[in-house]
Amino acid sequence: MKQFAALYAELDTLTASNAKLAALTSYFAATPAADAAWAVYFLAGGKPRQVVPAKVLRQAAQAAAGLPEWLFDECYDAVGDLAETISLVLPPASSTVDIPLAQWVADTLLPLRGEPPEVQHAALSRMWQQQNRLERFVGIKLITGSLRVGVSRLLVTRALAAVSGIDAKLVAQRLVGYTAQAVVAGKALPDAAAYLALIAPAGNGGVQRGGQPYPFFLAHPWQQDVAAMAAQLGSPAQWQVEWKWDGIRAQLVKRAGDVWVWSRGEDLVTERFPELQAAGATLPDGTVLDGEILVWLDGQVAPFALLQQRIGRKNLGAKVLAAAPVILLAYDILEWQGVDQRTLPQHARRALLEQVLADYHPPGIQRSPLVAGDDWAQLATLHTSSRARGVEGMMLKARDAAYGIGRTKDVGTWWKWKIDPYSIDAVLIYAQAGHGRRASLYTDYTFAVWDKPQGDATRALVPFAKAYSGLTDEEIRKVDAIVRRTTVEKFGPVRSVTPTLVFELGFEGIAASSRHKSGIAVRFPRMLRWRQDKPVAEADTLADLQMLLQPGSTAANA
Amino acid sequence: MPIQSPDNPLIIARPEGLYCPAGDFYIDPWRPVARAIITHAHSDHARVGHGHYLATQAGEQVLRHRLGDIALQTLRYGEAVSHNGVRISLHPAGHVLGSAQVRIEVAGEVWVASGDYKVEPDPTCAAFEPVRCDTFITESTFGLPIYRWQHSDALFAEINQWWRANAAQGRVSVLFCYAFGKAQRILRGVDASIGPILTHGAVAPLNDAYRASGVALPATRRVAELAARGENKAAYAGALVLAPPSAAGSTWMRRFGDYSDAFASGWMLLRGARRRRGVERGFVMSDHADWPGLLWAIEQTGAQQVYVTHGQTGVLTRWLGEHGIAAHTFHTQYGDEDEGVGQQQDEATQAAAAPMDDAADSAHRAEQGPEEGAAP
Ligand SMILES: [Zn+2]
Ligand SMILES: [Zn+2]
Repeated sequence: MKQFAALYAELDTLTASNAKLAALTSYFAATPAADAAWAVYFLAGGKPRQVVPAKVLRQAAQAAAGLPEWLFDECYDAVGDLAETISLVLPPASSTVDIPLAQWVADTLLPLRGEPPEVQHAALSRMWQQQNRLERFVGIKLITGSLRVGVSRLLVTRALAAVSGIDAKLVAQRLVGYTAQAVVAGKALPDAAAYLALIAPAGNGGVQRGGQPYPFFLAHPWQQDVAAMAAQLGSPAQWQVEWKWDGIRAQLVKRAGDVWVWSRGEDLVTERFPELQAAGATLPDGTVLDGEILVWLDGQVAPFALLQQRIGRKNLGAKVLAAAPVILLAYDILEWQGVDQRTLPQHARRALLEQVLADYHPPGIQRSPLVAGDDWAQLATLHTSSRARGVEGMMLKARDAAYGIGRTKDVGTWWKWKIDPYSIDAVLIYAQAGHGRRASLYTDYTFAVWDKPQGDATRALVPFAKAYSGLTDEEIRKVDAIVRRTTVEKFGPVRSVTPTLVFELGFEGIAASSRHKSGIAVRFPRMLRWRQDKPVAEADTLADLQMLLQPGSTAANA
Repeated sequence: MPIQSPDNPLIIARPEGLYCPAGDFYIDPWRPVARAIITHAHSDHARVGHGHYLATQAGEQVLRHRLGDIALQTLRYGEAVSHNGVRISLHPAGHVLGSAQVRIEVAGEVWVASGDYKVEPDPTCAAFEPVRCDTFITESTFGLPIYRWQHSDALFAEINQWWRANAAQGRVSVLFCYAFGKAQRILRGVDASIGPILTHGAVAPLNDAYRASGVALPATRRVAELAARGENKAAYAGALVLAPPSAAGSTWMRRFGDYSDAFASGWMLLRGARRRRGVERGFVMSDHADWPGLLWAIEQTGAQQVYVTHGQTGVLTRWLGEHGIAAHTFHTQYGDEDEGVGQQQDEATQAAAAPMDDAADSAHRAEQGPEEGAAP
């Protein structure tokens, strides 16, 4: 545990990838397999479900530190991170014991789950008595499933390749699904054997075992003008063009009589989609499809909000399934008859996919339609219809490209050509301090639009969105200074300000909502631009927002 | 025990600064006044423009360096003078060279104004000395239980290890720190056998003032001296460079070639602050009392009444109130942590925009602004 905490601290201060790689490599080289198994799990983004509620953590910390609640809250406000706050307020350890990571997970972390608060409370106090500040910080992050390490999965892969001498691509492939092990079955935790399997010498080919999916091939954003397309991309005939669907990217795996559905985050989501489980059962063993999970109503895609609502449901009764039925819109086939198809060119995989779907007619699986166009201008015209079709734009896939790993471009490229997001000029009315790196700077803002047109003396600002990304560090510092200068009132960590700042906000989707004061919910709002040229009185109105609502989008009340 | 006089307090807050009505003088005023007692020479406490200054003898050199030609009367620690029937004496605050707590006594009632203080030992200045009083005026810069400093041996071991590792790779170690107090404490604490120590133009004159005041510091050279001789990057390899925070990101840094940078400040305790600062290492080092230090110092004074100035005034006032001490807040213009964030960042932005050179005038610019460096 001490070594893992020290590795975390080292990675946290390093910025250069090479230095991080060196730190990871020397850690893995010196760590027993059982501990390395868990280290890979955590570094690759694996998160056991939160085992202790934040409330219990806070109460145990307050008791151990002898602080009243208000003072603990003041500390938390200043630090901006619960685990860090607790690690700082606790008194020094009474003894120092070094417990190996795997043993700590098995004996301390996992048994905490499901225990009553008083048992958890006592266990935390015991744990803290033996830990230094850094171990406490990392330990709480692991217990709350919120450890974020500044290393990419690719870097972990490269480190494992370096210590084992195995090809990094093979390691990447074996790593897929690794972080889902803790939830697949209670006993299938990443143990020493699982780690050794990751770094074992290349054996009998690259066939995936069990329900393991393939690494997803990811698209790059196309951000240039239509005019540049011919020069950069050649003729549209070299590309397979599809709509870009707004759902959940997923792989459906059928092997040995079983079906697995994996989301892009490599979460196993089979149980959330019984329709797809049934669909997969009709396919032969040794089949893996790649596609998009969508809610499909009356022969067309429903807004994402509906899918989101459905994911949130614990119980999938007949009513829920009828109200929001899902399909897999398949666009690729990665394995067929147990053979990896990823090196086939895109057009050949497409032909195979069409053949398989025609032969088996799996209910609930449809193929993603192709979009035809003689030239880019014609496609661009079609592209403008994206919003009305409920899609986010187009996908351009090189016809002769193999199926790559992640965001690689070495075997061909996928481009996502997205429509411009919706945008509106809104007024900043509340600000809240950020967390983590931005604690003690006001970085999270609430934005409002006018409820009536300019000139109406009774008009007021109605909040409709919160956003916290899209500004440069320099802009954040300036806005922070203005927030402090123009504060009207403080409510805990939130400040209301005199409205002086106008920002252009962009968002990906918009829907009517009875749960919001403005009557409108927007999706993925972010700041596109600080409109220093625009006075507050000229910010947009609720009517401007309502004009962006599509007919039919009122169904989504998320 | 003397009767406290709520209607006749010995010190009150006025727009010019903390004021003693009985003696008709101010303590660390921020506007020009006729008579001022200065606790220490940091720029938010010691300002130009007052008619008469009273300060410690130990701090005379640094105070004159910072304020130039002033009408200055000095006192040895513990020595008392009488002014308008008020007995005044100055006592070590352990903050920086010459820093003092101001003790004033009228008709048996004693008030002590702490200025800035820390309670850990610091070989570059006299150690904090608790002074019994009825009313204590305390700072609260780090007045939250999250702030607990480690022992300075452990701190200097960390700094030495960082410097040694860099030197072994032929890299320069640039340590940003406040030019007055922090820089000298580092100089005194590091293992000078690791390599040469170089200073920015803002740091060098303060080293000289410390040496002139009898504080032994290891030998240092100015970066400007080497630069003037046309030395190339190799001349800096393995050196420790002490520079003010405002030099970070400036063109002044280019001469060092491959370097590792670090920042020494109490704020470096927080991960968010370390990351915002954007240096490779953050060393947690403060010349202010941490939370246990503040509580210990307050207890040692035996004061029944406490006024809290700059920092976590609300927190400390409430905590003391809940522990049976009548506590209030004095609003001052000393470096305030909350508002300081924006102000300090403006300053950092300006410094980054302005080309820096370690000429004498830029040395002055680098020293301005609230202490604890331009810390977030
Ligand atoms: Zn000071
Ligand atoms: Zn101060």
